[in-house]
Amino acid sequence: MKAVLHQICKSYGPTQVLDNLSLTLEGVTVLMAPSGQGKTTLARLLLGLEQPDSGRMEITGHLVAQFQEDRLCEHLTAVENICLVLGKSGKNRAEQALKQLGLEEQALKKPVCQLSGGQRRRVSLVRAMLADAEGVILDEPFKGLDADSRAMALEWVKQQIQGRWILLITHDKTEAEALGGTLLEW
Amino acid sequence: MAHKKGLAKLGAALVWLLIWQLAAMAMEQSFLLASPVETVQALVRVAQSPDFWGRIGFSASRILFGYIAALAAGSLLAAFSAVCRWAGWLLAPMVQLMKAVPVASFIILALLWVRSENLSLLIAFLMVLPLVYTAVLEGIRQVDSSMLEMARVFRIPATRMLGAIWLPQIWPYFLQSASVSMGLAWKSGVAAEVIGLPAQSLGESLYQAKLYLETGELFAYTAVIVLASCLCEKGFLWLLHRLGHRWEVNR
Repeated sequence: MKAVLHQICKSYGPTQVLDNLSLTLEGVTVLMAPSGQGKTTLARLLLGLEQPDSGRMEITGHLVAQFQEDRLCEHLTAVENICLVLGKSGKNRAEQALKQLGLEEQALKKPVCQLSGGQRRRVSLVRAMLADAEGVILDEPFKGLDADSRAMALEWVKQQIQGRWILLITHDKTEAEALGGTLLEW
Repeated sequence: MAHKKGLAKLGAALVWLLIWQLAAMAMEQSFLLASPVETVQALVRVAQSPDFWGRIGFSASRILFGYIAALAAGSLLAAFSAVCRWAGWLLAPMVQLMKAVPVASFIILALLWVRSENLSLLIAFLMVLPLVYTAVLEGIRQVDSSMLEMARVFRIPATRMLGAIWLPQIWPYFLQSASVSMGLAWKSGVAAEVIGLPAQSLGESLYQAKLYLETGELFAYTAVIVLASCLCEKGFLWLLHRLGHRWEVNR
């Protein structure tokens, strides 16, 4: 799966966010740019949540995302949030993945509104990585995680790539280096 | 703190009872204003009458049926209006009209269409429907668009979305309208009975008490109606909270 963008322009009112952007995304791509440079806008365009003002996009396969905000169903448990995407058959995989990322048994039974920011971030990461999709956009996936959890999560993400197309959006160069792939700096 | 609050409430109630008693004593005519003691005596008397519970059952069954039917119809119509914009436009003037028309006009008009036994059912339905419709529609409009985006990206089936995203976010709006409209259903339902005078209803008892200037009985039946309304509200809300307790976990 890959995404090819030809001369994409996108503006919000008078603010031009993307100006004639052309690029090809395949394999693992790490996008680093200061805030306000259109990283999230690019993710939204790729996900089909917004349309470009002009230009052309060719995307093959189904693309999912870990959003910058976790976007979890607050009343559901971590596993239930993931099963919302995977279906009931994904329960064991979800539990296993969450445990691998350091969530304790007790945390899995709580509604996510009772989890810490770091725990919630890991739940949304697992949801995106386990989803049946050819491509995953990870928008600052390790935000709010301590050093150990971050290392654990990075290692887990590397194991889960399995030939899929990944776009990692981050401000952190060490994350970019750890994940490898093509580095794109704006 | 809770103990103090309870004492304050009890104190306020006692003060008002005292004012009521003094006002009744000042008027000297019990048909103008029955005293609290006379009201309690009347309450004991009417409670012993053979048709007392029958009257409560008659009125409560019809009012509650109208109320529950309005909750269901209001919610379904709101969902329909959210899905089909034209339905919302079509229903908007009708809902506005139902909110604005005085209940007495509805009652008199409805008497031409239905038998007086079922009048309170229809009136409770007509009074509650616009409230629930408006509240649920507002709840649907306030559903977090970022969660809908998430569902779209992950291609979450509609049936799973309903329980995970839609219902939890609409629930507080529905609950609020259900709570507010129970009292309205009782008030309008009994008003319909007072005008329609179906036999063996609480409304008929109120009317007869007024006709024979039995103010003590009038107050006693009013107290019964208030109590029934409060009990229904508490009971029904308890049931709704049990039903939707999972969706209230983060509120």
